[in-house]
Amino acid sequence: MKEKKSGIFSKSGSLAVIKNNMGLLLAFLVLCVGATIVLGDTFFAWRNFSNVLRQLSTNMFLACGMTLVIMLGGIDLSVGSVIAMVGCFAAGFISYLEMPSGVAIILAVLLGVCLGLFNGAVAAFTTIPPFIITLATMNIGRGIARVYSATKTITVSDDFFKSIAATYIGPIPIQVVYVIIIVAITAVILNRTQLGRHILATGGNMQAAAYSGVNTKKVTLFVFVYSSLLASLAGIISASRLFSGTHTAGESAEMDAIAAVVLGGTSMAGGSGSVSGTVFGVLIIAILNNVMNLYGIDASWQYIVKGIVIMIAVFIDYFKSRNE
Amino acid sequence: MSTLLEMKGISKSFNGVPALRDVQLSLESGEVHALLGENGAGKSTLIKILGGIYSKDSGEIYINGKPVEITSVKEARENGISIIHQELMMLPQMSIYENVFLGQEYKNGGFIKRGDMIQKTQEMLEFFSLDLDPREKLGHLPIAQQQIIEIIKAISFGARIIVMDEPTSSLSEKEVDFLFSAIRRLKKENVGIIYISHRMSELDEIADRVTVMRDGEYISTEVIGKITRDELITKMVGRTLGDYYIHTHTPSDKVVMKVDNYSDGTSVKGASFELHQGEVLGFAGLVGAGRSELMNCIFGVTKKTSGSLELEGKPVEIRNVRDAMKEGLALVPEDRKQEALYPDQSVRYNMTIEVMDKFLKAGRYNAKTENSIVDEYVKKMSVKLASPFQRIVRLSGGNQQKVIIGRWLASDPKILILDEPTRGVDVGAKVEIYEIIDNLAKEGVSIIVVSSELPEVLGVSDRIIVMGEGQIRGVLSREEANQERIMSLATTE
Repeated sequence: MKEKKSGIFSKSGSLAVIKNNMGLLLAFLVLCVGATIVLGDTFFAWRNFSNVLRQLSTNMFLACGMTLVIMLGGIDLSVGSVIAMVGCFAAGFISYLEMPSGVAIILAVLLGVCLGLFNGAVAAFTTIPPFIITLATMNIGRGIARVYSATKTITVSDDFFKSIAATYIGPIPIQVVYVIIIVAITAVILNRTQLGRHILATGGNMQAAAYSGVNTKKVTLFVFVYSSLLASLAGIISASRLFSGTHTAGESAEMDAIAAVVLGGTSMAGGSGSVSGTVFGVLIIAILNNVMNLYGIDASWQYIVKGIVIMIAVFIDYFKSRNE
Repeated sequence: MSTLLEMKGISKSFNGVPALRDVQLSLESGEVHALLGENGAGKSTLIKILGGIYSKDSGEIYINGKPVEITSVKEARENGISIIHQELMMLPQMSIYENVFLGQEYKNGGFIKRGDMIQKTQEMLEFFSLDLDPREKLGHLPIAQQQIIEIIKAISFGARIIVMDEPTSSLSEKEVDFLFSAIRRLKKENVGIIYISHRMSELDEIADRVTVMRDGEYISTEVIGKITRDELITKMVGRTLGDYYIHTHTPSDKVVMKVDNYSDGTSVKGASFELHQGEVLGFAGLVGAGRSELMNCIFGVTKKTSGSLELEGKPVEIRNVRDAMKEGLALVPEDRKQEALYPDQSVRYNMTIEVMDKFLKAGRYNAKTENSIVDEYVKKMSVKLASPFQRIVRLSGGNQQKVIIGRWLASDPKILILDEPTRGVDVGAKVEIYEIIDNLAKEGVSIIVVSSELPEVLGVSDRIIVMGEGQIRGVLSREEANQERIMSLATTE
């Protein structure tokens, strides 16, 4: 028997990616076409697209990690705080402690990962729900950022640090390259490695996975560490973009990430989902924000629209799974 | 034949309470060895020790004559031991091949080799004459096929010793045949199978030897065919059972419930029948015949699309469960875990949940009344427990079921519907449940018993209704009913 050609995004090839995400793809296209008709050149311009792509990078980082966490049946509320914490640390280490920027970045990221390590350890070795534990670390992380920065913005003048987010490769902002790398790594982990199978299995039925010899504790630990690692990297990039670390960075970013993952069709109950769905989820939310901003829709109304879009997505998912 | 497995002098206690005392078990290659015992006899503890889930306090395990220590699931697997649990330990949202290779994926570094796994799975499916695509989602298959997939998974791990824990408990007769033919193929491959089942009739068909356990102790090992069913039951329960089924009541001719032309739009198609006072009315049929669905419809759990109901001659409209309870109906559902238990709650809570209004009036709680209700039904149902405050899941399956039946009796029903009342219940508790059914009928309660075990329906019922494909295929009196007649009614088109 011959195996069908397979891509990293799915178990059965690139065509399946389109087939499985038909609804999302359609929604995405309708949104883009509609925006082009209404807004014309303001929307359909490279300048604008490049803007959107840079803006969505934080959410894509978080959403990739969150996809794995949610597939595992968990949730990670701490990622927004990790962004602020890591950003403040990195900026502080450079500006206050005058560390070389490379060392400062690595140290800050490690501190961010420590939070994820703690989340993962508690999730793996106790039955405390990840919602509660990450709710706690969310507050702690935000608090640490505030204490360390004394609620002031820490500006950075280091050139290397600034260049992390500001570089362009030809016309393409380097953040787009980062995003592509992260998405690819996450998709490979999920679809091409044993670890990916084990994440799905642990989220689908922890006991069954354990009885099959899956080390569910290790899997859980990895997923939370991965999520915090991506959040830490997002923290560095966002600090670099602003040339500063600030304790307000990444506020409620975890909610946007969760929204994108859910929009992408990953089940909150765990055990099923896809990175490709999440990519579309992030794209749709980003374009939606962009269109509403360009059209001049009041920020208050933007919340309502976003909420309704999430609700529609969840209902579509519900009816689809009910009919299966 | 050679000896695959020997367990000798196995003992295990939990918090000082002995669960196993000096138990032994041996398994030849190509043998199906049944493990028989009531719930709480220690079968599952023994199996969990073999599977590396529990560690033993003392005793030896030999595999192919060599002593081994099994301290984890992984080590059990490395020793060729695989357990197929009663509740399937599989992942319905993953594909067949992913399930088969879960935990031991073919890989190259950390990367999985999908093509090889799919091909190997395909070969195994063909071996068991299953015409399936390995990439199909497991959840799309019927339970019986999922079980075969779990067996395939076991073999792909190189299992030489496969333990099956009540594999037929949720299968139809036809599916059981399919499973048995798979087991026979395994025997030919010299795999040894430890087979746990409560269904005595299956043992004659599939098992070679049987080991009986009782109260955590080894009783004896017998060759199937050289011991009668009654002797086995006696060994298992430790006392002689004169008559397995108790039938001392006499039903009246008074019709208490008349169901006319009930349909639910999918599984029930125009069912009509009458229930008499003090009668035990059995419902037989294959799995999927629409018996449970009909009962759920009558009880208002699901909506009927047509049909009418008369209770004691008066037309009654039941729109929901509250209505049904008000009319004196009670239903003990088929799936205890899903549909009846509050697993984290106490026995007391589980018993009185439907009659709260008796002791909770206008916000005033009367503990004395609640406790007296619990006492009354614990006694009436002879529930064996340490305290009414212990969590219900700590009880054995039989005692859980008695609590659930007690819950509904507390509401003083005139009509009691029991859907598979003895599923997952050991023989001792079964007999007690039959006794309770008989006593209730004597008290004038009208009882419907839905059961997939033919001997049970035949043993407890005054009349038997046979259903097939949502329709009522026939009504047999106690005198004219036998297994052959029921099966021929159930399977005719």
